[in-house]
Amino acid sequence: MSRSGPTPSQTIGPFFRFGLDWMTGRDLVPARHPGRLVVRGRVLDGDERPVPDAMVEVWQAMCVEAPQRWTGFGRCLTDEEGCYQFATAKPVAPGDGQAPHLELSLFARGLLQRLVTRIYFADEFSANASDPLLRRLPPARRDSLIASGEGGTLDFDIHLQGPHETVFLAY
Amino acid sequence: MTEVAGDPSLTVDPPYDVPEYGSTAKRAPHQPLVLLPEELMDPLGPLFGESPIRQSDADLTGQHDGEPLGERINVSGRLLGPEGDPIAGQLIEIWQCNAAGRYAHEVDRHPAPLDPNFTGAGRCLTGPDGSYRFVTIRPGAYPWANHPNAWRPAHIHFSVFGRRFAERLITQMYFPFDPLLPYDPIFNSVRDQAARRRLVSAFDWDSTQEGWALGYRFDIVLAGRLATPQPGSP
Repeated sequence: MSRSGPTPSQTIGPFFRFGLDWMTGRDLVPARHPGRLVVRGRVLDGDERPVPDAMVEVWQAMCVEAPQRWTGFGRCLTDEEGCYQFATAKPVAPGDGQAPHLELSLFARGLLQRLVTRIYFADEFSANASDPLLRRLPPARRDSLIASGEGGTLDFDIHLQGPHETVFLAY
Repeated sequence: MTEVAGDPSLTVDPPYDVPEYGSTAKRAPHQPLVLLPEELMDPLGPLFGESPIRQSDADLTGQHDGEPLGERINVSGRLLGPEGDPIAGQLIEIWQCNAAGRYAHEVDRHPAPLDPNFTGAGRCLTGPDGSYRFVTIRPGAYPWANHPNAWRPAHIHFSVFGRRFAERLITQMYFPFDPLLPYDPIFNSVRDQAARRRLVSAFDWDSTQEGWALGYRFDIVLAGRLATPQPGSP
């Protein structure tokens, strides 16, 4: 029997907290970092109910004045209200025409493989307008990838289904 | 379960919407995924650098004052890229229930005993040749509420980081000849039979230690793709 070939994905299941919460990295930058902002949101199912057993991970490019032990990685397990939160600073634009963004992975009971999406920033109006991924999306769905908010706090809810369903990516 | 062997239209990974697995109903997206062109993918993964991993984190039988109950096993294998190239220095995390089929998790209500000497969580970094090794106990089967008389086959959850964002994978390792495998909607959510078999570890004499522990081998190959049948397609 040939065993070569990629290993398939399986769900994270409901009982992962004790195995994965040793590395919850909710702060990608320290408290007084210049340009520090909070990205937060809720994970909601098809009935708009919170998903309390999800894990959100973000990966991002280097920010300006990155701290010495920069990893660009954050992990947050959702709470009973389906909420997650990260503190970070806006990544430097990749320089290939793409607007600054975070990569986001979502794992949960009921997801047989992760869902991948991106968080863009509402105040990057002109960069977003020419971003090659955002430009591919119908205008009605485009906004699901843009975090909204004023000042240092941005909101990015993840809708798994429904009229506001978030755009999820394949690659 | 219907076996569909060698069908080239099947992808390795399971679809999101699997009616036999009830939790997908309100969580599987309905809209088609949007294909991210390869040139737009972020090339680098996270730089864990000095992860706080200790050698003892890979021995799940040595995390408490006493020995856990159950059948001691060695679980080892290699983390590989799509061409069989070893992936060195990357994080592998595992978690599992105890020998009685109970997780050390507050939400688990299965009336089987907790084991004060077993938490069931471990982690390690892969070696230069992509190899990893855990010492643990064989997890038990346990019931779940998905359908009448539903039981999960014994499994160990694996979370692995590849070299870049696209290679991130969470999966489950099963045991050979488990009679529950044909009945499990999560295992069988992988529609391609050959791919499904790759989730089953192999009994391994080479890592079986005389007088101490049986060995199981589980290699993990990262494809670096997330291309799934579109929602709504069969």
